[in-house]
Amino acid sequence: MTKTRASGRTVGGLRTLSLQAPAVTLLLLWMIIPLGMTIWFSFQYYNLLMPGMSGFAGVENYEYLLTDPALWKAMGNTLLLVGWVLAITVVGGTLLAVLFQQDFAGRGIARVLAISPFFVMPTVSALVWKNMMMHPSNGVLAWLANSLGLPAVDWFSALPLTSIVIIVAWQWLPFALLILLTAMQSLDEDQVEAARMDGAGPIAIFFFITLPHLKRAISVVIMIEMIFLLTIFAEIFVTTSGGPGLATTNLAYLIYMRALLDFDVGVASAGGVIAIILANIVAIFLVRMVAKNLED
Amino acid sequence: MATLQLNNITKRFGDTSVLKGIDLDVNDQEFVVFVGPSGCGKSTLMRIIAGLESATDGDIVIDAQRMNEVGPADRGLAMVFQSYALYPHMTVEGNMGFSMRLAGVPKEERRAKVLEAAKVLQLEPLLDRKPKALSGGQRQRVAIGRAIVRNPSIFLFDEPLSNLDAALRVQMRIELARLHDKLNATMIYVTHDQIEAMTMADKIVVLHDGVVEQVGSPMALYHHPANRFVAGFIGSPKMNFFNVDLLSVSPEGVYIRLPGGGECTVPADGHTLEQDATLELGVRPEHLVLDEAGALSGQIEVLERLGGQTSLYVRMGELLVTLMADGDVGYRVHETVRFSFAPERAHLFDSDGRALASLTQHPLAGLTRQDNRTPGAAEAPV
Repeated sequence: MTKTRASGRTVGGLRTLSLQAPAVTLLLLWMIIPLGMTIWFSFQYYNLLMPGMSGFAGVENYEYLLTDPALWKAMGNTLLLVGWVLAITVVGGTLLAVLFQQDFAGRGIARVLAISPFFVMPTVSALVWKNMMMHPSNGVLAWLANSLGLPAVDWFSALPLTSIVIIVAWQWLPFALLILLTAMQSLDEDQVEAARMDGAGPIAIFFFITLPHLKRAISVVIMIEMIFLLTIFAEIFVTTSGGPGLATTNLAYLIYMRALLDFDVGVASAGGVIAIILANIVAIFLVRMVAKNLED
Repeated sequence: MATLQLNNITKRFGDTSVLKGIDLDVNDQEFVVFVGPSGCGKSTLMRIIAGLESATDGDIVIDAQRMNEVGPADRGLAMVFQSYALYPHMTVEGNMGFSMRLAGVPKEERRAKVLEAAKVLQLEPLLDRKPKALSGGQRQRVAIGRAIVRNPSIFLFDEPLSNLDAALRVQMRIELARLHDKLNATMIYVTHDQIEAMTMADKIVVLHDGVVEQVGSPMALYHHPANRFVAGFIGSPKMNFFNVDLLSVSPEGVYIRLPGGGECTVPADGHTLEQDATLELGVRPEHLVLDEAGALSGQIEVLERLGGQTSLYVRMGELLVTLMADGDVGYRVHETVRFSFAPERAHLFDSDGRALASLTQHPLAGLTRQDNRTPGAAEAPV
């Protein structure tokens, strides 16, 4: 018999704590050092353009940031971006999943094509949209508008946030489709037939059978997408650089601007801490929602 | 009133023909069981009746109305699925009331009807539960309740008991029979289990390779199978078949030579037989009796003692003959036994597998399940 203490789990007679320790320590340091440094810097005067100015700043960085109208604008943009992209991808993904579940010729190829945008890296897809789709003189959308006799839209200056939403939604729609299509395939065909016998038409089957079945998958899609959408950066950097004005600046881009355009590491760190808090608030609600869904 | 006629129903999937011309009449309040080995087309036939699948050819007539083009919800049928197909996110009440909810029935009326059905099935304490919180038998009852609530003219059951354990299956079988009495509804039931078919059916339809082999009451099928397939399929353990030589045909029956040299006359109509026809003799294991003077003999290979009964597997050359004997027989393995049978209990099949018509009608062959229940109706001598 091997004695087991509270801290010493044994597997096959071996104390495992000492074996786990390096990995656990590494992961802990990996997380704790950047976090600690960010918090530390956020309470320091630390501007790369003013090397002489240093020392403890108290809450001044936070005060500066929280009274800066740019922060609230960026938060609003972040929420708008996340909200709209989620709405488009979840609704569109569900409808596309139902569509691609139907039997038609070339379904396999169509599915691969529909999912492929997800494999294009964000900078590339943003460039493609900027120069080939939304460009006011040689973009496809401008050509379409012109051939209908309408004036071309200069997307990035007239509808900047909308343009970003379109690009990001285009990237993430395949992800939602992929997850929801997989979920669709586990729908019990007998249930659909029972509903047909009960008098349900295609629309009633969608709302009463398919959608409840997809509920869990939808909450997973929302959670994963939200984690990534809160930190959207490349698409904004490549297309609008946060502009015009602050029209497309989200929290991630604001932190970048403060840190690497203004070189104010202290304020940027304070922004980072705010972003962490925001992400955690969202995560708590999300985890609750998903956990509740997974229970059912 | 609910009757069903199928006229020459065929179904093809691509090149494979699943149903090859099915004709069938189902009378009002009848309990009809489709039985057959897997792949015989019985489930497809039921799905065609339900409207979940369309027939390639032929007519489906319910209450004298052609229903081929009518959707599944409007045929006045309700179906109980093998997997139960309960809606997992709805409560028992929601499941049972779903069809009425779709039809726009007001909430109070819906609740009243659900309660009524729940009472019949003893589901009242479970109405607020979700399907995952129910046992297999309870789910089964909810699925039946969902059908009852629709007040259908015909109930369809697709192997409803195959997911239950043995004890529960027996119990549900009795409940279903009771339900049939109570509701006085026409029911069609698909199963591969011949015990379910024998115990519940008024009329059994034996299907094989997309063809109806025989239609009749359980006792008619047992005592007068129309062919070798039905003879082998109905009855458990399976009927024994022996190759026999035809000696002569007389008005009293067919005179044959048994394997091992014995001779006997089976009372069957042999006037159509050719001189040198090859014949097969079929005798059920329960009709073979141990008999010191018997014409048949062999060595016991396996002995299964069930207490009340003993199954003997007796080697006769190529054949392994099954024999049901009393529980108290004292034989041991590898002993040689002699056995015989009453000729009127035997069946003869010609080279095409068709049964020769028996000259004697079994007294119970005309009996239906209805007669079992109504005292006075079963006046047939037993």
